[in-house]
Formats: sequence, C-alpha cells, structure tokens
Amino acid sequence: MDKQALIDYTLQLADNALIIGHRNSEWCGHGPILEQDIAISNIALDYIGQARNFYQYAAALIGNGATEDSLAYLRDAIDFKNCLLTELPNGDWAQTILRQFFFSAYQYFLYQQLQQSTDQQLAAIAEKAFKEVTYHLRWSSEWVIRLGDGTEESRERMLHAIEELWSFTGELFEATTYEQQSVNDGYGVAFQEIQHSWMKKVGLVFEEATLPIPAANIWMQSGGKKGIHTEHLGFILAEMQFLQRAYPGAEW
Amino acid sequence: MEIPNQHNSTIKTPEEIEKEVWSLLELVSDPEVPVLSVIDLGVVRKVQAITAQPPENWKIVVSYTPTYTGCPAMDVMKMNMRLALVQAGFRDVDFTQVLSPAWTTDWMTQAGKDKLKAYGIAPPQHKQMVCTPDSFQQEEAIPCPRCNSYHTRLVSQFGSTACKALYQCNDCKEPFDYFKCH
Repeated sequence: MDKQALIDYTLQLADNALIIGHRNSEWCGHGPILEQDIAISNIALDYIGQARNFYQYAAALIGNGATEDSLAYLRDAIDFKNCLLTELPNGDWAQTILRQFFFSAYQYFLYQQLQQSTDQQLAAIAEKAFKEVTYHLRWSSEWVIRLGDGTEESRERMLHAIEELWSFTGELFEATTYEQQSVNDGYGVAFQEIQHSWMKKVGLVFEEATLPIPAANIWMQSGGKKGIHTEHLGFILAEMQFLQRAYPGAEW
Repeated sequence: MEIPNQHNSTIKTPEEIEKEVWSLLELVSDPEVPVLSVIDLGVVRKVQAITAQPPENWKIVVSYTPTYTGCPAMDVMKMNMRLALVQAGFRDVDFTQVLSPAWTTDWMTQAGKDKLKAYGIAPPQHKQMVCTPDSFQQEEAIPCPRCNSYHTRLVSQFGSTACKALYQCNDCKEPFDYFKCH
C-alpha cells in the first residue's frame, strides 16, 4: 500500500472541510436573518469538526510530531489540497448558498460511499459526518429552490452565482494521482458513480428551482487538489494562520 | 488448604471500580444542556479499570463517542470527566474516542429525555423520522415541551447548538429548541 497516497487522500478531505468551514464562518454575525446566520455558522462548525477528525488521522499517519494544529496552521498554500470551489470568496448569499449546495451534494454521495472504505478510520469519520451532511444538503437545496424560484432579484442572483461557480464543479470529480491510487488500494471512492448521482441531484433541484443547467462542454477549472490555488487561498491562510505564525504554540 | 483471599476489604475488583466510575460520571453534566449527564447523553460507551502496581493505583480508560463532529462541548465534557475522576482519587485516566458506530439520539436514556422535556427542550423523537436530504419534506410533528400540543412549526433546522433545531408552538406561542434526530 502507498502510505503517502493515503496521507494525501486524508489531507484532501481535511483541507476541503477546513477551507469551506472557514469561508462559512465569515458569515457569522453577517447572515441575512438571524436563523440563517445560525444555520450557516452551525454548518461551519460541523466542517471544523470533520477537518479535525481527518487532520488527527493524517497526523497519526505522518508521525514525526505532526498534529492537527501543525497541519492546519503551519502548511503553505501549495501544500493545501482543497478544491478551488471551497476557497472562492463568499460573494452574496446566493453564491454562498449555491456553493454550499454543490459541495454538500458532493460530500453526501462521497461520504455515503466512503463509509464502506476498507480503511476503518476513514469509514468511521464518514459514517459520523454523513448524518450532518444530510442536513446541510437539505438546507442548501431548499435555499436554491427558494431563491431560484423566488423574486426577480433572487433569481438574477442565482443565475449570476451559477455563472461564477459552475466551472469550478468539474474539479470535484477529477481524480488526482493519489485519488486514483486510493481507488486502486481499495479505500478510496471512485468518482464515476458519485458524479452521476451528483448530476442527478443537481438536475432535480435546479428543475424545481426553475434554473438552467449549463452546457456540458463548458471549460472546467482545476488545480486545487494538486496544490495549485487561486490567489484567494493565500488570504484565507494569512488570516487563519497569523496567530500560530506570530506566536508559535499559542493555546486558548 | 486455605485459599488466600485476594478480594479483601481494601482491594476491589475491576468490576467494582468500573461501577464506581460509572456512578461518578453520572454527576458530570453536558455544559450546554446542564440537566443532562454524560451518561444520559449516551456519549460514554465503555469504562475499563486496569490494575496497576501498587494495586490501589487503578488505570481508568473511558471510551466515548462524540455527539456531533464539531461539538465544542465534547472537550469540556472530557475535561470535567477527568476532574471528577481525579477528585475521587483516580489519577491515571485515559480517554479513547470511538467514532463507529456513530452516536445517535437513540442512545439517549429515557431519564435523559424526561429531563430534557422538563427543562423546556423537546427530546428527540424515534428513529423513523430521521432526516433525508429531500427538500421541503413534511416536517416532524414535535410536541411542545410546555403545553404538549403537536400544533407546532419548524422555524429552522439549525438551532442554538449543533444538536438542536428551532421550533415554535402555534398554540401557546412558546419558542423552543428540539434536540433533533441524529
């Protein structure tokens, strides 16, 4: 078994959760209404919990004194393996909601499969997180429908959000070498099937939301899973890592 | 021939120690829902007492399953469990996190559910109502913890903590938290 591939695979799961969790946390205190502010902050908290579990496991695999904190706070942008979709700025509420929906649908089908992973720890984390992701998917689907089939303004904003985000959805299902290795070694999830389920779910929700699905041959962005990021990730890390960089080892 | 009595009054069996630890943990409460103990909540899965040398220095291993992945109360519960055990003389305490099987509201004790209701939080319903990802599905009929009316409505799937949803009673108008199924 290729241990480095397992570490990279685990880090990718952790980085996705950490970065989208951080983005969602930016809404805390800024949500359009109190209940939804609480909802998105709760979702952020679920992500930080997922990230911690994956980082703890990755740290145990890496050894050498690595900890969940050193992996979150002391790696540079090029070491992060999160998808570009997760690091994009929040934009308006429509854009945040649409990103959440795309990503929740992806995680839903991913974790559903990952529960059967031959790696017991990955399977256990997925089993736990799957229940929470179900709530995320339901909540974000309802908002996509509400905004898409809402007022003229909310619909305009959803159409704009689709334009901004659609080209970042391809990367979710584009296997890197470590993901290919994870499938060969039996613990990873093959993307073919979950991509199909994802498209079906997006199709159903978009139909109810009266929103158009973009053309199939659209150019897809990628790079994040290989460490090639947009400029936005550096700014997230600057804010997130400042304290640990300036005051190494600081604790609550 | 006389068999030496290993279980004299000063040395207890591991089972006796484990029982003692369980009853100590019953006094440790969830910091966010203080009427519930960690036992009511169902997060403590196993207690193991391991003999050390000298025999009165027991090593205690507590296996626990966190409720929600990101629940910050778990760290506080762990610290409070450790404090309760140290206070009772158990200095060597270890915690093992068990993620699978995942925690479910089904593990909450009936006593815990009753305490929740008396505290004004609607306890989790039975399993069949568990959430699916389908949008705008029929809401769970949750009885109001104040007037028991089923004429209530969901305000938000996400409440004051990761484990709760927000409801309001249409009859007595009480806004309340519902410990949602998980």
